[in-house]
Amino acid sequence: MVKEAAVPSTGQTWTQPGMDGIGNVAVKCPKCKEILYGRDWEKNLRVCSRCDFHFKLTAYARIELLVDRGSFVELDADIISIDPLNFVSRSQPYTAKLGEEQNTTNLHEAVVSGHATIEKKPLALAVMDFRFIGGSMGSVVGEKITRTIELGIERRIPVLIVSASGGARMQEGLYSLMQMVKTSAALAKLGEAKIPYFSLLTDPTVGGVTASFATLGDVIIAEPGALVGFAGPRVIEGFMHTKLPEGVVSSEFALQHGMIDTVIHRRDLRYELGRLLNLYF
Amino acid sequence: MPYDLEFEKPLVELEKKMHALQRKGDHLKADERVQLQHMERELRWRTEEIYKNLTSWQTVQVARHKDRPYAADYIRLLCDDFFELHGDRVFGDDHAVMAGPAKLDGQKVMLICQQKGRDTKEKVFRNFGISHPEGYRKAHRLMQQAEKFGLPVICLIDTSGASPALEDEERGQAEAIAANLYLMARLQVPILAVVIGEGGSGGALAISVADRILMLEHSIYAVASPEAAASILWRDTSFAPQAAEAMRISARELHRLGLIDGLVPEPLGGAHRNHRLAATNLKAVLLKHLAELKQLSLDELLEKRYRKFRTIGKHGKSVGSNMLRANT
Repeated sequence: MVKEAAVPSTGQTWTQPGMDGIGNVAVKCPKCKEILYGRDWEKNLRVCSRCDFHFKLTAYARIELLVDRGSFVELDADIISIDPLNFVSRSQPYTAKLGEEQNTTNLHEAVVSGHATIEKKPLALAVMDFRFIGGSMGSVVGEKITRTIELGIERRIPVLIVSASGGARMQEGLYSLMQMVKTSAALAKLGEAKIPYFSLLTDPTVGGVTASFATLGDVIIAEPGALVGFAGPRVIEGFMHTKLPEGVVSSEFALQHGMIDTVIHRRDLRYELGRLLNLYF
Repeated sequence: MPYDLEFEKPLVELEKKMHALQRKGDHLKADERVQLQHMERELRWRTEEIYKNLTSWQTVQVARHKDRPYAADYIRLLCDDFFELHGDRVFGDDHAVMAGPAKLDGQKVMLICQQKGRDTKEKVFRNFGISHPEGYRKAHRLMQQAEKFGLPVICLIDTSGASPALEDEERGQAEAIAANLYLMARLQVPILAVVIGEGGSGGALAISVADRILMLEHSIYAVASPEAAASILWRDTSFAPQAAEAMRISARELHRLGLIDGLVPEPLGGAHRNHRLAATNLKAVLLKHLAELKQLSLDELLEKRYRKFRTIGKHGKSVGSNMLRANT
């Protein structure tokens, strides 16, 4: 793992589910409230050993989990966001927000991209990281994802995109919205080149990302229990003025309604992706 | 039509005085007639002054004006003929989207429009222009048909957004939008998209992947509604005006940023003051762009469309570890 060391060991008490949490003695499962020993939890790929709740993963942890050891080569790591609109909200300039996020996550942006192999099969991949401004898609996320797709076309290798996003990034206004088109247009070209695209949805994947590349996969996979949908539950409840039943807008709900192909447990992902790569390419 | 928007208040008094004089009709004295002419001139330039300098939030109010011409008005005023087609062939018919073949100045086109609805009854029928997945799938079906018959596609956009209800999740709202982006990116006929009022996020984008993105002068196009952005970034919807300014959602600002390809001039004081003139302006702009696009070969058309979206975005490069920002 080229960049694994770059993820900081916070050494702090774990507070937020699915956030960094490296080096914690213990974590509490937000679903079943079980106390999980940090080392066991890590060994179990950050899945609750009691109820199978899948915690969020950082992009680098996700890559390590998915690809053959040492095969990942990161590309475009030096692309960073600028502030095209001079955006300020609650007297915080967007540039300050970016700096803050870069410091706390030690990431340049909400996506890490490059190429690797899975079960010795080469592929281009982009992995989103929800910690960075909610995995929101602005110009840089759109650009890196598009370049990943273009790498697939150029080298004629399959593309895997792992989504974790709250949607388009409001601080970049219409630039963000247009990234939905940019990525989808690149996928249309990938499709013309007859190269397969696999989309993996992780907790949470909503908004502009679901309404573009995330739902355009030849095969769409989701992790169990992930929040997956066009709108998040709060938006739906606000719009409908009703309370939603438990568990809607999830991977299982999407599977039941024919929106995705399959739900796969985290420990089986690498193996199953390997099978798919073999079947498609 | 009376001035009824908040920022038009300075005009109301003047207009009242004018009307008082006008009511006298033939009984006007000579000096009153001169006075009236002066007033008319003053009203004109003051309206011009106000509308030249609309803020983003003021533009939002014009774009959402209850008397603003809607898609159906433009269809009636623009087209020689329009045959509305219904249904997505999967689940149902979405009344927020009106679509079908049309003739514009003798040219055959495929029209796809979002219609908000004028009175309460129509608003409910049209779901306030808020589309379900069926609307986008109807558009998808008819765009494929347009490709089959070689018809240019014209989309008129006017929606606050795509419907985020539970039923829309069940029927795949996200997929319906994504599928349109994918199709339109490579559709083998010219596509024109015009935001005539509100361009609300993904719900607008789903029929806006075009060779030319045009906007009426006082329309808006945003990644999220000002209210939604305010509630997320300011945690208070009353900050919608600030959110509107910060996101730069007015047609003029977007044109300045190079994010859209052209503006359609509106009648003085907004399109709602003169539907017919608004439609005439729109028609002229549509015909001009259609003629230009028809000059391109298919390969040129598709390559230009791809490059257009491929190059949207601003980013920098980090230098060393302190992530210095440089424009590219």
